[in-house]
Amino acid sequence: MEYILIIISAVLINNVVLSQFLGICPFLGVSNKVNTALGMAGAVTFVIVLATMATYLIQTYVLEKLGITFMQTIVFILVIAALVQMVEIILKKISQPLYQALGIFLPLITTNCAVLGVAILVIKKDYNLLEGVVFGASTAIGFGLALIILAGIREQLEMVKVPKGMAGVPINLVIAGILALAFMGFTGIVK
Amino acid sequence: MNQLQNFTKGFFRENPILVLVLGTCPTLATTSSALNGMGMGIATTFVLIGSNVVIALLAGLIPEKVRIPAFIVVIASFVTIVDLVMQAFVPTLYEALGIFIPLIVVNCIILGRAEAYASRNGVWSSFVDGAGMGLGFTMALGILGAFREIAGSGSIFGYKFIKGDGILVFILAPGAFMALGYLIALINRLRRT
Repeated sequence: MEYILIIISAVLINNVVLSQFLGICPFLGVSNKVNTALGMAGAVTFVIVLATMATYLIQTYVLEKLGITFMQTIVFILVIAALVQMVEIILKKISQPLYQALGIFLPLITTNCAVLGVAILVIKKDYNLLEGVVFGASTAIGFGLALIILAGIREQLEMVKVPKGMAGVPINLVIAGILALAFMGFTGIVK
Repeated sequence: MNQLQNFTKGFFRENPILVLVLGTCPTLATTSSALNGMGMGIATTFVLIGSNVVIALLAGLIPEKVRIPAFIVVIASFVTIVDLVMQAFVPTLYEALGIFIPLIVVNCIILGRAEAYASRNGVWSSFVDGAGMGLGFTMALGILGAFREIAGSGSIFGYKFIKGDGILVFILAPGAFMALGYLIALINRLRRT
């Protein structure tokens, strides 16, 4: 039950993009086609789950043991950067098709604040390892959901004449605002 | 380019939020009031100036291949300083900004300036560049925060000037997206003329 609550709340109610404001750059940047959005969502899910596990273990067994939790920011960002790099190398070696699909998105993920954000939130919320992983995975699914919805709308938008000043980023932000309004409707499902 | 132009480019011509559209996450998340927005802006400015100066100093020493991790370590060190200082001296602001203080480290503006400017310019120019970009960022956050605070809760810098509530949606997430969208549209319009 607890896990279902975490999933619903992370995917729908506290959607990472539309209500927590994490990962807006890729949300606006790679949402022009549904296919690229799917690839990005897959890569982010993969990295967030791995990064949550790695940072959780480092926090509990290294930083807290040594009493240097103030090093959290520095250590976490380095771990994430190294992890992304490692995933890229391993994927290239073992699975060419997967690398073709996700590869180009991987370098972008280091500066995706959702990854570092989730890692810090898991520590802040005092989750255990399994809860952390479930939270990370469902956050990533929420990110993917928002990204794919926006991509779908933007594909339709290409056939519409948008006023010059609004074209590009502004219209996407307004659409995201309306999406956020729609997602607010989920508030209250979980008490 | 003289130093004055170098300083002022961050305010309008190359404003990181309104023109380059970088660092949107903290922009949207922390501008529910003018004060929070500007607090975030000043914290970012400090990190930006610090990292620009240190990276300009180290530019010749860092090998080309590991420059990005090296930049990140420098930036993360300054973020840790800001984190600890704010926790000690402005605890209410620290609470309000929450997770977005450690997340300054992944703000694309800072790594962007390190890579595009500080690593190939002198210390003094990098300082001016960091200050200009940071204050331009602060200005944009202040404008957006002031607008959302006035519209959303009918107050400015915490002084309430209407009775009752404002248009609540501007304080919440949807208002953040829409307000920034229309603000950028306005700037686009102004820039063209």
